[in-house]
Amino acid sequence: MAKNVTVTTFPIWRNAGPSTVDKPTIKKETRSKENLDLPWQVVVHNDPVNLMTYVTMVFQRVFGYPREKAERHMLEVHHEGRSVLWSGMRERAELYVQQLHGYLLLATLEKAS
Amino acid sequence: MVISCSPHSKKPVDMEICRRNDEIEISELDPFLAELLRQIPASANPEGTPAAEKRLFSPPTSGTETEICAEWKLYVEPELRRLFQTATETVAADLEQLDGNEKKIASTLRIPSKHADAWLSALNQARLVIAAKYDFTDGELGDHFRSPIGSRRDLSLFQVNFYGFLQEFILRELGGWEKGSGD
Repeated sequence: MAKNVTVTTFPIWRNAGPSTVDKPTIKKETRSKENLDLPWQVVVHNDPVNLMTYVTMVFQRVFGYPREKAERHMLEVHHEGRSVLWSGMRERAELYVQQLHGYLLLATLEKAS
Repeated sequence: MVISCSPHSKKPVDMEICRRNDEIEISELDPFLAELLRQIPASANPEGTPAAEKRLFSPPTSGTETEICAEWKLYVEPELRRLFQTATETVAADLEQLDGNEKKIASTLRIPSKHADAWLSALNQARLVIAAKYDFTDGELGDHFRSPIGSRRDLSLFQVNFYGFLQEFILRELGGWEKGSGD
């Protein structure tokens, strides 16, 4: 569940001079915490050696995906050459990539565009 | 399940693989297949083959994030090495059952269910290392009927497929165990 955090930004003061200073306006905007850390994706790349059943099992174990979803991602890797398995905070993405490497899958961490 | 792979014997022996209680039993192993099994730990070792080393320890990013890659080499890679080594050591210990049976026509190997993950890992390591070493094409990897007799390359391709067959069986049985344990 995404938590809401408040981000305060200070716009550049306009008409700033030696005698007059505009009162700064404080603009408040709200972004979800997930969004702040979103730019990381866990990508799995195709590998002709790893068995399809093995890859499906790994997706189920690492991400806790149900079999159908794991198979969908496996087939995407097989046909498209890659599949984005997860996106979110960098630390967690790194942990997933480490787990996937432990299962000998070709996985990388990428910044989401 | 039965597989017949006896290129050198006049009377083929059909290897049988089945699940008995909490073990996978591979019986009627002829000397050729038993030798292929004995070679799993050595085949899983990437040392001396840069392509295999590169495949087992692939970078965590596509190369642009140098800081992450450097940290990965320092902290994660040693962990992965330990993980892979533990798996091959477990498999090597199970394979000791075959010691002294080198000339036996049919041997039996029992794999405890708790070692199934180690076997999956070691078999996968071996398949990846061999494939990287010989740089097999997709076509070759899909050719499951090529005879192991001929060149070292043909034998290695057979090895990759044989290990893949064992992986498939263990995976199927592992699914059963995991379902069973949750019941």
